[in-house]
Amino acid sequence: MSDPVSALHGLTVEGSVRVEDLAPRGMITLRGDLSDATVSDALARAAGLAVPDRRGIAVEGEKRLAWMSPDEALLILPRARLAATLAGLTETLASSHALAADMSDARALLRLTGEDAALREVLARLAPVDMATFATGEIRRTRLAQVACAFWMPAPGTVEVICFRSVARYAFDLLAQAAASPRIS
Amino acid sequence: MLILTCPCCGVTAEETEFHGGGEAHLKREGPGSDDAALEGYLFHRENPRGVHFERWRHVYGCGKWFHAARDTATLEVFGTYPAQSTRPPEDLLETIRAKRPGWRWRDLA
Repeated sequence: MSDPVSALHGLTVEGSVRVEDLAPRGMITLRGDLSDATVSDALARAAGLAVPDRRGIAVEGEKRLAWMSPDEALLILPRARLAATLAGLTETLASSHALAADMSDARALLRLTGEDAALREVLARLAPVDMATFATGEIRRTRLAQVACAFWMPAPGTVEVICFRSVARYAFDLLAQAAASPRIS
Repeated sequence: MLILTCPCCGVTAEETEFHGGGEAHLKREGPGSDDAALEGYLFHRENPRGVHFERWRHVYGCGKWFHAARDTATLEVFGTYPAQSTRPPEDLLETIRAKRPGWRWRDLA
């Protein structure tokens, strides 16, 4: 099978805020009622992370488990563990009203690193979000100018953004341009 | 600009993150209903200057539909409530009664 490549082949722009396209990771979308203990227990076991509360994201190493909506969760994990995790999750949920699907190729993952205030300003320029109150451990699905995206801060000084792969170049250019413009605050 | 709070994910955001879905609480008239009822269902919409009930979708967020009560003249949002309701919650109606005495919207007042 051909090797997976990221949407922008690892494109990076340096500056006070560094914008980079991350190497491909596995992404599993789970659709199912997250308030159902069978579904959330299966997800927690497969992910090895506690299922986050509303608008939360759990972070551990390269793994991310994000609450996307009351009936959707996104599990990001190293590509090497994708197949086994997906098979395990599908098997555990065989008798539940839930679906786990491999969405690794649907989305691009971008990372911004830099000073906390600078990161917040870059996102505040592009998304209708009050960045002053945005906290670590929170995921926000919103728009980046004209495209849907979601972002979170895995740690202070880092922001990860996911968007659909087809608009990765657009999202990257937006972020790079916003990062290059002079700071206001 | 409208500032709406999605009751599904709890996000408060401005209207560009949402998409309007027209009038709320329409009752579907299907086969067996008379012509006047079907015509009303298909074509007759409220267009008030004041209190209005609408459907909205959190299109860039959690993707869920919900209901919102707002004033079309001042853009004040009285509240939002789940899509799974056939009638606005009573506490929301009380809020509107206090803020807009004498309002009417279809059979609500």
